Amino acid sequence: MTVRGLRPLSILSVVLLAAGFGLAFFYAPLDADQGFRQKIFYLHVPIGIVALIGFVIGGIHGLRYLRTGNSEADLRSYVNIHQSQILAVSVLITGAIWGKTAWGAWWRWDEPFLVSFLIVFLLYCTYQPLRLSIDDPRRQARAASVFAVVAGAFVPINFAVVRMADAYLHPRTLSNAADGSMPGSVLITFLLCLVAISVLYATLVRYELLSKSTTFRLRALERRAGGDDLIPRRSAVPQA
Amino acid sequence: MSQAPKPISARRAVLTILRKDLLLERRSFELLPAMGLLALGTMIVLRFALDQETVSGDLAAGSLLVPLLFASLLGVSRLFGSEERDAGVQQYLLSPAPAGALLAAKVAGLALVLAALEVVLVPVFGLLLLGPDLLPVLPEIVLVLVLLDLTLATLGGIVAGIAIGARSRELIVPILVVPLAIPALIAAQAALAPVLEPGAEALAWRWPGVLAIYAVVLALVGSVVGEYLVED
Repeated sequence: MTVRGLRPLSILSVVLLAAGFGLAFFYAPLDADQGFRQKIFYLHVPIGIVALIGFVIGGIHGLRYLRTGNSEADLRSYVNIHQSQILAVSVLITGAIWGKTAWGAWWRWDEPFLVSFLIVFLLYCTYQPLRLSIDDPRRQARAASVFAVVAGAFVPINFAVVRMADAYLHPRTLSNAADGSMPGSVLITFLLCLVAISVLYATLVRYELLSKSTTFRLRALERRAGGDDLIPRRSAVPQA
Repeated sequence: MSQAPKPISARRAVLTILRKDLLLERRSFELLPAMGLLALGTMIVLRFALDQETVSGDLAAGSLLVPLLFASLLGVSRLFGSEERDAGVQQYLLSPAPAGALLAAKVAGLALVLAALEVVLVPVFGLLLLGPDLLPVLPEIVLVLVLLDLTLATLGGIVAGIAIGARSRELIVPILVVPLAIPALIAAQAALAPVLEPGAEALAWRWPGVLAIYAVVLALVGSVVGEYLVED
């Protein structure tokens, strides 16, 4: 597998993140109600959106694997889900910090948006244990791909059900942006942060793909040097 | 000269497997009593945990749905049990029946088992726990539970298929089923809670609609991935 464009993508990530956070701190106005603490919005919401899109991308690659049997698609599915899991932890942590400052509580069970994100996170927490519990690499890849497809379809449904619920304590960011109630400076800053986090995500995915493919090549060389006695280790990572 | 086996239609394959599974369950009579006992036990635990003589509204809906969820976990864990014991999946794949029909038959079987469980469990719930009268709101309860059964059975079939061949299936199945079942349980809870209030309100149709949509989406996903689950 070849992973290209890492250096320009890495530089672009740093530049966009610096620009996004620069705008968040020095250009976007202070929120009338929440003041400075609202600035976490420029990190929390883009990470949440990118994490959810990453889960869906993992499902699309899972479907590609099922259709083609190409192990690269399984690896891409794994990496996208893995990176989204990391972002999802960040979403839950930044959300809890925001909740503590805005509502005075780390967690609100009457806020279905938060709860639904936790449900999605818990579902994806089973991804690695599922892979690890199946020894046969082909069967492991197939079961993980089916999981990725089902869970990828589950993400939008879960959020749709939650949005139908009555409580609206959590700000509806995208609705505010769409109906024009979000000030222009806030919208520009938010969109730039969203692009920055998306590019960062793409960069991290490529780094992990490169790391994994290098590990596979190294193991292949080790096996060749050590002969057939070298037994492959049990792993949740796809074996290309 | 040997002839290629005649293909079996998906409908016939589903019905044959379903009949076989129901016959096995009738003869062994293992799963349904276990599911019933677990559901009843959970209901009793809830009665003491909530410290209520009778329940209504939200508590009533939860007290009915949580035991059903736990019981369905038992059913999902054992869904491909007979096939795994006797290398049945491999034998099935040697037959000319379509691969996806096995999953469809398992989903139908689980839905029937859940419905049979509810035939006993709902009256018991009405007698032991429910405050308001059960009979006037029975049609609404039946409608919601049928949709919930279809949803749980479909996602149970997919999860059981994913877990075929997993070393720790009894660990994997519950942690996969519970999060996937939460949207269905939210919808069923929201549909049943007003119906189970003392002055029963009309059924809010959007929640059965959500359940139906979720069941349809799961069925579509199952039809896409089903053939890949049942492979050697």
